[in-house]
Amino acid sequence: MSLTSTDIARIANLARLELTPAHSERMLVQLNSFFDIVEQMRAVDTTGVEPLAHPVATLGDIALRLRDDVASEPNQREANQRSAPEVQNGLFLVPKVIE
Amino acid sequence: MTSKLSQTELHDLNVRELASALANKQISAVEAATHFLDRSEAHSDLGAYVDLNREVTLAQAAAADARIAAGTAGALEGVPIAHKDIFVTKDFVTTAGSRMLSGYRSPFDATVVARLAAQGVVTLGKLNCDEFAMGSANENSAFGSVSNPWDRSRTPGGSSGGSAAAVAAGLVPAATGTDTGGSIRQPASFCGVTGIKPTYGRASRYGMVAFASSLDQAGPLAHSAEDCALLLSALCGPDLDRDSTSLDVPAEDFTRSLADSVAGLKIGVPKEFFGEGLAPDVRSAVDAALKEYEKLGATLVPISLPRTELSIPVYYIIAPAEASSNLSRFDGVKFGHRAKDYVDLVDMYKKTRAEGFGDEVKRRIMIGTYVLSHGYYDAYYLQAQKIRRMIADDFAQAFLQCDVIAGPVAPTVAWKLGDMSDDPVANYLADIFTLPASLAGLPGMSIPVGFGAHQMPVGMQLIGNYLQESKLLNVAHRFQQATDWHAKRPQGF
Repeated sequence: MSLTSTDIARIANLARLELTPAHSERMLVQLNSFFDIVEQMRAVDTTGVEPLAHPVATLGDIALRLRDDVASEPNQREANQRSAPEVQNGLFLVPKVIE
Repeated sequence: MTSKLSQTELHDLNVRELASALANKQISAVEAATHFLDRSEAHSDLGAYVDLNREVTLAQAAAADARIAAGTAGALEGVPIAHKDIFVTKDFVTTAGSRMLSGYRSPFDATVVARLAAQGVVTLGKLNCDEFAMGSANENSAFGSVSNPWDRSRTPGGSSGGSAAAVAAGLVPAATGTDTGGSIRQPASFCGVTGIKPTYGRASRYGMVAFASSLDQAGPLAHSAEDCALLLSALCGPDLDRDSTSLDVPAEDFTRSLADSVAGLKIGVPKEFFGEGLAPDVRSAVDAALKEYEKLGATLVPISLPRTELSIPVYYIIAPAEASSNLSRFDGVKFGHRAKDYVDLVDMYKKTRAEGFGDEVKRRIMIGTYVLSHGYYDAYYLQAQKIRRMIADDFAQAFLQCDVIAGPVAPTVAWKLGDMSDDPVANYLADIFTLPASLAGLPGMSIPVGFGAHQMPVGMQLIGNYLQESKLLNVAHRFQQATDWHAKRPQGF
């Protein structure tokens, strides 16, 4: 299997990454060299093997916990927005989405 | 009443001795913090720190002195340690080594930071690391590479490279790190210090900038297993409301069995860790350490971890998949960098991420996005998760025959800075011995066991069964009682 420059453009769009043409070319070579080492993995017979999403599951059946849906934190809007690129009246500003 | 310790004495104290000197008022927390701040500033050319703030550190130290005077001191009151810059902190910047978070200030402290602070630890500063903890040479940091104190032209390892270098150079008595695929163990090995990654879920991930959530674990780096045990006891513990994968097991005193005998201990030696890829100098140091264990009464048991090599593609599918998802939060809206010029929202996202992320992070986002995309998920991500299960099962089989597993941490000693920076796949292959335990979620550590080529430190990896950190630290401590590799210091520090 080999990725093409069309694949790179498609993945970069999905990942919301702008790549220069030179960077795209480099990325293509590097990703293909990476997927060469992935080939050995695809050949392994995993019939009947349960995927392991979280190593905690090896310690027994542990369901992901949910906490009660009650407020546990005070309002910290100002602290939380201190590092935002652009805020106004306590709102995050983004480029206009609807004309 | 203060009988002052000389600078050299202060410098040679381990964490336990320092804590005791502080508790006995032989030295004040302000004096200790000042000493290590001075050293950290004097050796700033190592590149170990991304943020030092004398005012904040000295204020924390003064508060520690006040608690000591009032008789309300914690177990580590006044001990200065520095945090890998992957832990968010209120009082220092948090960058995760990324331009994306340049200058970022968190509104809260990570649980690990808060737990250590609750025991009286004083924060000395924030330590350099690979961007979002992705790398094994600390060359992927947006804030410059870090030098290995044993040879400044060489890498300290990564991604906790700043942590390992700062401890090795004696800029701080101990540091925190994080380990996703070896990022505590490998730099500890490269810099000749001791480091431990606990069982997945022992340490809270709350406030650790996320890389791969099913793998990320915090742990300490210090000069000895004893110091690591003290710090690990403080930083581990359930955090059930804030980390959904935090284990519901009580915090432990990991120092309790340090002194136990290792006579009769069965050490599993996986043949796959001693194959052709292992450099002869590393092999001979590890072999000598295994012989030392035999002298201490342990038995070596040949074992097999047949999927060791497969752990490389499995890890480098799973970790980037999780990373591509975790890093989608960096969109230039709520925090961090935002591009200046763009035409619309999507263009703003794309340019922001292009400018904010470095090359390795972009590669992993691309790999992760691809393997999770429609039509490829089963062939890559799901297949990797199935083999991950098989790797965990291999360990379960191995632990039927032995108490701990021992082998090299890395195939070679630290390489020259720049030598592998153009070849990402070569970097991935060098992670081969640390990835299996990460994928299984097992605790692992690195202890110094000698020197290899170019007089660079060699670390030995010890892997324990789930929740067996006390056993691991005991096994490491007994070695350090019998040898002095962990006490060696680089020249010029």
